[in-house]
Amino acid sequence: MTIREIAERINAAVYAEPDQIDEEMTGAFGSDMMSDVLAFAENRDVLLTGLLNPQIVRTAHMQDMRCIIIVRGKTATEEIKRLAAENHIALLETQLTMYEASGKLYEGGLGR
Amino acid sequence: MTEDNGALHFHYDVDGNNFTSAGEASVQVKRMLRQMGYHPDLIRRISVAMYEGEINMVIHAKGGDADVYVTPDCVTVVLKDVGPGIKDVNLAMQEGYSTAPDNIRSLGFGAGMGLPNMKRYSDELKIDSVVGVGTTIEMKFRSA
Ligand SMILES: Nc1ncnc2c1ncn2[C@@H]1O[C@H](COP(=O)(O)OP(=O)(O)OP(=O)(O)O)[C@@H](O)[C@H]1O
Ligand SMILES: [Mg+2]
Repeated sequence: MTIREIAERINAAVYAEPDQIDEEMTGAFGSDMMSDVLAFAENRDVLLTGLLNPQIVRTAHMQDMRCIIIVRGKTATEEIKRLAAENHIALLETQLTMYEASGKLYEGGLGR
Repeated sequence: MTEDNGALHFHYDVDGNNFTSAGEASVQVKRMLRQMGYHPDLIRRISVAMYEGEINMVIHAKGGDADVYVTPDCVTVVLKDVGPGIKDVNLAMQEGYSTAPDNIRSLGFGAGMGLPNMKRYSDELKIDSVVGVGTTIEMKFRSA
């Protein structure tokens, strides 16, 4: 599933470079605990989280993840946007809860 | 960067008063290893493990020193702090064990997974900790 398709499915705002949105994502992991992401998200491209601080970007970057979906209607700070852009990580914002967003993406075939 | 005994040596100060910047040393190490052409899987293991250690120094020990030594067949990461030390290392190594207060948990850390992750991702992990003196953690990652 591409970032473009992900954004459509969960009705998300997208902060990314044009060349990023057609990149293919193969797996996802959702958590608000960053050490769980560091433990369990090996080889997943997408991070779903409701946490809002710069460590979500560093955690995704360390794990070689390429897309962060911020759930529950929160908005990324300028610093988060800057760090994500710097590391070529696409940033999405959705009003959906983590459960709803995960369900829709799983149903659509992401990581299945 | 300096060179000692044939190893490239990189030093970083880890600021213990700034949670926002925590992890910057690991970001720099990741960038450097990429430039050196290491395998992406090895780089991921090193950077995740170092990041966990760096975060620990910030949330548990008021910061410290990070030193990275690179030789052709091994990357060594040494994290040294003069924080409170770890009373029971075996207990601290268990998944889910954490003394982190709620304010740390609301920042996304304190799951008790950091040290187990560092063990999982490194080829060798040595923990030297004395209560009231500090903690030194050495991790080795072999590339050959
Ligand atoms: N550098 C350190 N100085 C003092 N105590 C430490 C240090 N590193 C770890 N500890 C102790 O060991 C415990 C376990 O560490 P670990 O990294 O596994 O979990 P955590 O940091 O509490 O949570 P997480 O890593 O999941 O965010 C910590 O809660 C803390 O009590
Ligand atoms: Mg930790």
